[in-house]
Amino acid sequence: MSAGSGGGSAGSGNGRSGNGHQVMLRLKLRIWRQAGPDEPGGFLDVDAEGIPADCSFLEMLDIVNERLITDDIEPITFAHDCREGICGTCGVMINGRPHGPEKATATCQLHMRKFRDGDEITIEPFRAASFPVVKDLMVDRRAFDRIIESGGFISAPTGTAPDANEIPVPKDVADFAMDAAACIGCGACVAACPNSAAQLFTAAKLGHLNVLPQGQPERWRRAEAMVETMESFFGSCTNHGECTEACPKEISLDFIAVLNRDYLKAKVKNRRLASQT
Amino acid sequence: MAQTVAPPEAAERVPPLRRRQRQLPWPLNIYQTAVGKKYVMAVTGVGLLGFVIVHMIGNLHLYEGPSQINEYAEALRDLGGHLVPRTLILWVMRIGLIAMFGLHIHSAWSLKEISRRSSPKANWVSGNKRYPGGQDYVAVNFASRTMRWTGPIIGLYVLFHLADLTWGWWLGGDYIRGDVYHNVVESLSSIPVAIIYIVANVALSVHIYHGMWSAFQTLGVNNPRFNHLRRGLATVIAGAILVGNLSFPIMVQAGLVA
Ligand code: HEM
Ligand code: SF4
Ligand code: FES
Repeated sequence: MSAGSGGGSAGSGNGRSGNGHQVMLRLKLRIWRQAGPDEPGGFLDVDAEGIPADCSFLEMLDIVNERLITDDIEPITFAHDCREGICGTCGVMINGRPHGPEKATATCQLHMRKFRDGDEITIEPFRAASFPVVKDLMVDRRAFDRIIESGGFISAPTGTAPDANEIPVPKDVADFAMDAAACIGCGACVAACPNSAAQLFTAAKLGHLNVLPQGQPERWRRAEAMVETMESFFGSCTNHGECTEACPKEISLDFIAVLNRDYLKAKVKNRRLASQT
Repeated sequence: MAQTVAPPEAAERVPPLRRRQRQLPWPLNIYQTAVGKKYVMAVTGVGLLGFVIVHMIGNLHLYEGPSQINEYAEALRDLGGHLVPRTLILWVMRIGLIAMFGLHIHSAWSLKEISRRSSPKANWVSGNKRYPGGQDYVAVNFASRTMRWTGPIIGLYVLFHLADLTWGWWLGGDYIRGDVYHNVVESLSSIPVAIIYIVANVALSVHIYHGMWSAFQTLGVNNPRFNHLRRGLATVIAGAILVGNLSFPIMVQAGLVA
């Protein structure tokens, strides 16, 4: 078995093996299995021995899958892509928390050294009515794409490349927009929310354009369209704050307040007078 | 016009849970949306909070003795003096309160339903979803999780309170119209009644503890300069209302107001 045991980093960083030997964990996994969107699901118990402490959570699942294949059992389906915390494809509930126990960490960036030998780990898919399970741990998050699409376009001149610094953006504003733009669209906020609300995701997407000069021409149209699309798929925010805690990018609740403010303004403004459509 | 085109069947694989309704004329169209309803809930919640604070402070006249509290009650009925018919202003305020309660409850109910339908295995009352493997909460607190329980408790309590002290349903012969001091002492000296008042007012303060903080977010009152004060303010106000309102049944039961 070679998968996931990237030998080079053995023993480094976890302090549990001074002599260069790979620390191995034995884990009791409870993994959600579900054949399709409308099939009933249930937990599969897996006794996973010899999991290297230095592998990531997804690599741990890879190892489990290889063993399942050897035993002629269908491997567990889970979504993943970049495995470096930037694409937002991965994401499962780990012991009742989206992306697991570590703050500001996506599932692919979570390392098994954060668990202890003998730990029981429950793994299930993100849940919301608009995130139907495709199979096992993989959910369909295209409802997020609908929200993004409804945001539409921004107006920007397309000729030759504009001069750098032609549009002045104060540093604080650029930072604020950048904090919002850090959202990777993983859906952990919806998974964490008892109401299955998508306020944090939508607020991040609105926030990063709405505060920048380049985002102004369509600001109010965008706020209205994205919020209303969000509402047609997801629940209603009650300001629990669970989303920020689950978010691998620590998107702040402040953006939700900005979303609320922009949405009401959009509903009240005479956009022709403001020369903004 | 640029348009995003998705293959129709692919776009519909995850259909919206709610189709868009025909828009009512402005400003009613704002109330058709969830964020709009949430605004109405926050504005009426803050309005009701104002009432709760004034009502609690007004009731402190109880500690000045029978003539003062009865005079205060009379002054409420006589607001506006000879310029307006007696109790007119009181009735305007009462109608405003009833409207605020109605809107607050309607928006709360509708939003709960939106969340319930968006959440698998949702609890019917709270509308909150459940994970078969259990969820490990980090940020929610008792108050935020019980808003949809404390709310109805307050609603039922308001009806009880009106029947008790405004309409005098069960005090019967002991109810004297206009003698507020007498009625309050008569009612609260019964242990079951005192317990109802205590439980309901704890629920009210718990509701306000989350509600007030939540309202800041909903109304977009968010500024890094004072954000750190919002929780504290909600705690102080909920605490002051708790102490003030609980003092009445406790003082009567203790025999300090008789
Ligand atoms: C005098 C009494 C009341 C006061 C002062 C009050 C105050 C508030 C405030 C300030 C909010 C926050 C709004 C927001 O989240 O933006 C709120 C939310 C709420 N209220 Fe009330 N309310 C009262 C009575 C009621 C009643 C009678 C009900 C229901 C029957 C109710 C149900 C709710 C619910 C379900 C929420 C939403 C909670 C959430 O968003 O997490 N409230 N209330
Ligand atoms: S706001 Fe955070 S939790 Fe939500 S989709 Fe974006 S990155 Fe994921
Ligand atoms: S796989 Fe890309 S963020 Fe985890």
